[in-house]
Amino acid sequence: MAITFKQVEFTYQPGTPFETKALTDINVTIPDGSYTALIGHTGSGKSTLLQHLDALLKPTSGTVTIGDRVITPTTSNKDLKSLRQHVGIVFQFPESQLFEETVEKDIAFGPQNFGASEADALKLAAKMLTLVGLDSDLLQRSPFDLSGGQMRRVAIAGVLAMQPKVLVLDEPTAGLDPQGRLEMMEMFARLRHEQQLTIVLVTHQMDDVANYANNVIVMDHGQVVKTGTPQAIFKDPQWLAEHHLGLPKTTAFAQQLMARGMTFDEMPLTEDQLAAALVKQLPASMLGGGDHDE
Amino acid sequence: MMSKLIFGRYIPGNSVIHHMDPRAKLLLSFYFIGIIFIANNWPTYVLLFAFTLLAIKLSGVKWSFFINGVKPLIWLILFTVVLQILFSASGGHVYLQWGIITISQFGLINGVYIFCRFVLIIFMSTLLTLTTPPLELSDAIEYLLMPLKVVHFPVYEVALMLSIALRFVPTLMDETEKIMNAQRARGVDFGEGNIFQQMRAIVPLLIPLFVSSFNRAEDLATAMEARGYQGGEGRSKYRILKWHGRDTWATVAFAALTVALVFLRA
Repeated sequence: MAITFKQVEFTYQPGTPFETKALTDINVTIPDGSYTALIGHTGSGKSTLLQHLDALLKPTSGTVTIGDRVITPTTSNKDLKSLRQHVGIVFQFPESQLFEETVEKDIAFGPQNFGASEADALKLAAKMLTLVGLDSDLLQRSPFDLSGGQMRRVAIAGVLAMQPKVLVLDEPTAGLDPQGRLEMMEMFARLRHEQQLTIVLVTHQMDDVANYANNVIVMDHGQVVKTGTPQAIFKDPQWLAEHHLGLPKTTAFAQQLMARGMTFDEMPLTEDQLAAALVKQLPASMLGGGDHDE
Repeated sequence: MMSKLIFGRYIPGNSVIHHMDPRAKLLLSFYFIGIIFIANNWPTYVLLFAFTLLAIKLSGVKWSFFINGVKPLIWLILFTVVLQILFSASGGHVYLQWGIITISQFGLINGVYIFCRFVLIIFMSTLLTLTTPPLELSDAIEYLLMPLKVVHFPVYEVALMLSIALRFVPTLMDETEKIMNAQRARGVDFGEGNIFQQMRAIVPLLIPLFVSSFNRAEDLATAMEARGYQGGEGRSKYRILKWHGRDTWATVAFAALTVALVFLRA
């Protein structure tokens, strides 16, 4: 399901002294089936844009097309449910949305709101819990008895249980340990392939962008300043620094190597790409001068 | 939705009203509510309105904020006014009598007076909250409660609770909005359906709010202890309240208003 923004503007609390313009002239498409990363420093308008993906906010002017539904400033708040079923949002620290007595009921909450029978929803809950890598004997436990990482997974299972076509992730790994981070990002990548999901990832982790995304949207001051593949975005470190953004670790490492005279045909983004590029060059340079330490 | 709630919100400004001592503003606002009851005829109400509008003018806050302050309470006001018109003691010309319901000239006039009283009280208290930062208000309350220390009333603790409560109102609002969004994304319709459906929709909002408030309270308590908080006794203050000439003048203006009201009342 593709999502298209056309000349979207958004202003918070228009007509009051607290009026703030959050989005200016947004024209951008999130292609169907893409893994789109949305990056930009704090206050650049990412969260506001994100809430437009599910019609939680409606544009002050312009249109947002979500699948075949067009959201305009005058769209009624009623009958947005059918739309929200197809777009699942995992908000920042999603564990704060848990409320039911048991893990099972909490995961089943979403599907039941969208019309699934209780039995079906509970079946889904059991399935989703295993999908996010938790043991099925947690089903009858209270979500508030779980560890922070487990709560996060339960909350994500609750969103996945809606079986959305588009999955929006707002810094899903914030506050997790490195192992949990990796597992979670791998899980999303796996889900995307298994269920042909479109993923929108809001993140400050450039490594995640490099490792998983195939489309990047860069925001600054409420505007989209660049869109493209990760290769295209990370090509220009100076431009990134001007927009308060960094490089993936691998690319930063490659940059340092370049400063010492190595060349890369294509900027490596992931560890595998870097390793492959180095293997190609190493023998030659080692034979040539022998002054490169391993 | 929540941004419409103007009552109790501070609008930064640089007017003479903004710069008044919060103690003066608080006391005079209460005093104003008291003297509204002196008014009992048209000249006195006109005078009260003129006084209030002058104060609003001085504050430099837009009129629309005050109108918006009345809006959420309009049904309550109209309800009271209608009760007053229908059931108050009859007097003057009687327009309609049906069982215990009597609409009389007296009742109608009383109804209008009550409407004016409500509007005046709301205007004045809105002016207080729009021009005074909440923390200044709580400082003022702390100061004014000080005499109660004699009877071992925990003034510092109450003031601290008040400041913390006020401090966390915006945080709680943000949190509410965040959780509402999360639950709306999971298919909850807030404010739709019949009363039972609406009540049920509140549960997924309230429970997470309680949980996060308790967690936050615990974190705050730990942070305060870590920074050596041991109760308010003997603590020095960052914001010091100062009584200026303008506060005295405001008091004089209210005194003059009182005299004029007593003079004009029927």
